[in-house]
Amino acid sequence: MKEIPNIQARQVQDDLRINYGPNKKFITICAGTGCRAYGSLKVKEALEAEIKKQNMNVEVLATGCFGFCEKGPMVVVHPHKYFYHQVKVEDVPEIVSKTVANGEVISRLLYRHPDTKKTLFREEDLPFYKKQLRVVFGSNGMIDPTRIEDYLAIDGYQALGKALSEMTPEGVISEVKKAGLRGRGGGGFPTGVKWEGVRRAHGEPKYVIANGDEGDPGAYMDRSLMEGNPHSVIEGMIIGAYAVGAQDGYIYVRNEYPLAVMHLTMAIAAAREAGILGKNILGTDFSFDIHIKKGAGAFVCGESSALFASIEGRAGEPRAKYVHAVEKGLWDKPTVLNNVETWANVPLIINRGADWYASIGTEKSKGTKIFSLVGKIKNTGLIEVPMGTTLYEIIYDMGGGISNDRKFKAVQTGGPSGGCIPESLLDLPVDFDKLHEVGSMMGSGGMIVMDDRSCMVDVARYFLAFLQEESCGKCVPCREGIRRMSDILEDICAGKGKEGDIDLLENMSQAIIDGSLCALGGSAPNPVLSTIKYFREEYDAHIKDHRCPAGVCKALITYTIDPEKCTGCGLCIKVCPTQATSGEKKKPHTIDNDKCIRCGACIESCKFDAINVE
Amino acid sequence: MTKASDIVVKTKQIVKKHGGDKSSLIAVLQDIQEAFNYLPKQALTTAAKTMNMPLSRVYEAATFYTAFSLKPRGENVVRICKGTACHVRGASALQDKFERTLGIKPGEMTPDGKFSLETVNCVGACALGPIVVINTEYHGQMTMNKVDKLIGKINEEGAQR
Repeated sequence: MKEIPNIQARQVQDDLRINYGPNKKFITICAGTGCRAYGSLKVKEALEAEIKKQNMNVEVLATGCFGFCEKGPMVVVHPHKYFYHQVKVEDVPEIVSKTVANGEVISRLLYRHPDTKKTLFREEDLPFYKKQLRVVFGSNGMIDPTRIEDYLAIDGYQALGKALSEMTPEGVISEVKKAGLRGRGGGGFPTGVKWEGVRRAHGEPKYVIANGDEGDPGAYMDRSLMEGNPHSVIEGMIIGAYAVGAQDGYIYVRNEYPLAVMHLTMAIAAAREAGILGKNILGTDFSFDIHIKKGAGAFVCGESSALFASIEGRAGEPRAKYVHAVEKGLWDKPTVLNNVETWANVPLIINRGADWYASIGTEKSKGTKIFSLVGKIKNTGLIEVPMGTTLYEIIYDMGGGISNDRKFKAVQTGGPSGGCIPESLLDLPVDFDKLHEVGSMMGSGGMIVMDDRSCMVDVARYFLAFLQEESCGKCVPCREGIRRMSDILEDICAGKGKEGDIDLLENMSQAIIDGSLCALGGSAPNPVLSTIKYFREEYDAHIKDHRCPAGVCKALITYTIDPEKCTGCGLCIKVCPTQATSGEKKKPHTIDNDKCIRCGACIESCKFDAINVE
Repeated sequence: MTKASDIVVKTKQIVKKHGGDKSSLIAVLQDIQEAFNYLPKQALTTAAKTMNMPLSRVYEAATFYTAFSLKPRGENVVRICKGTACHVRGASALQDKFERTLGIKPGEMTPDGKFSLETVNCVGACALGPIVVINTEYHGQMTMNKVDKLIGKINEEGAQR
């Protein structure tokens, strides 16, 4: 047997385990982009200052995203693992003197079960986390992503060591194939099959690329992985490069993700230093290096051939795929392009085996999937669940139901290429094929929940406006067709819809699907088709009755004040930009609909829910 | 206003830093924008010449990607997230409010040069929607009522860069 090349890494791990043993006191605080916006870095500084003041020696780890973004900033005090949410700087002295020093719990900072009102002590007790299976995303909350040592301490780079010392490249590919891993970027193509194609393809050099151009609006799981556990993506890529025989790789990251770029840059530098990236990785004769390329704000660059063009320094226009990327990708060389989350799954498969991996999920969709659960939902955040978990479990058990207990209307999955799924399909088990069957798709994993105040025609209009802007303009059906569809939807929302518009939209959709080169055009009509399919009556209401039932489309609604509820506080008069609201103090106010621009400022400010929209 | 000769010198430095290869064009443009807050014409012609490529190719990339601006931008850049999660939570109404308060439309700059207004497809902080990013600072769960105060504060004290 060959000498194990990762012996050095094992030594580091043993040392680290002592440092992070079960009784070790330390604090983790979520420092993902969301919690940073809530001020988590200030809480971290305060914790460190207070610990110093009280003469203690306790480390505070700023970790990646915990997932429960609704309740940030979140702090976990180890070894008891007490989970505190919505922590403020003012809470810090008490946390340090009570919980850190004496293991005393502060119940005010604990999460309360919304139904039973019981306080819950640990993360895993929370309904949000209970049904999750966080094999990919779970490590985020345990490590400081800027330190490679932390990743090594949680068995990081073990899979790489195993692959290089015990497995042939073909063996790695067959393991990934056996695991049934499918691409997490949306297409769901079997990863192992793609790798095999590149391994067999003629042409040198070969490339591996991580697609971190998370362009789907409403999705941010890749961001959280790149920010919170960059080494897991890098490890996956190195294993992939070994399997296909590549020496160079790229991570293509969105320009809008500065923290992800920073953490990836640091991780790559640390991995090079440790001999994990670069020449002769872990002492073997395998060499591989990774470079970062920043996008510049073009949704279409998530498409493979457009992404290659962008890395090559050109405008991101897709090209016809008579020849696949596995044969001719970046610089016309054989290329593996996988999504960030797909790469992060690879070390798990190698470490724990294909059989274990394949035991999770459904028949044709294996493993877990991270979703971003956002929109009109109580518990917004990132969740990781086994494939096959139902929409109901996700939205009600983990998501806690609809904000303000309003009525659920639809969940939008798959980004601009996906569709809106109605209430009648809430029992749908979520996997690649089931979502496709109902006219939506997995996409990268965005789930935007909508309530009865979301207008489905407006949502379709929104996506088409988005796609019209993002179409690269190369193919006429996409460039002109989406524009025309967008115009029709604008008209419907403005109350100028005509009989026959729905049929016209459906006909145009088919032409655009048939005539577009890439997936952006090919799937662009999906938001329209799915909303027509499930919410046709809303289109009819707009076109025939000039009414927006959800109260969203400005041209079709009027604001009135409910005299029963109005207390005459005068707040709506103060905030109205057009002086449309008026009335005497302490007497019910009124709205002049000729002046009203339906900006919503009065609704936002009214504390008595007295403004009706019809 | 930066002098034309300074733009030329700085642009040449940036091209050199990235090795001058054609594939680095987007990174070069990003650094130029970082340095001048937009892409000055002088910088684009210099980049084309130094990198030995037609000016049309430089403009192709500069106009294709939405992150690039060919017009000078304000001291503070207000970016309103128009992602789906923000949209269903009222980003459009928020955009209208910013337009009223600043008196400009997306893509424009206030006459005093203090603010530019832009929209962005999704900043990936969806749990905090609707969200507005001013320079590098994220303002989550924005409401229309907070807008005037926020802009007023930046006018008086400046904002995080």
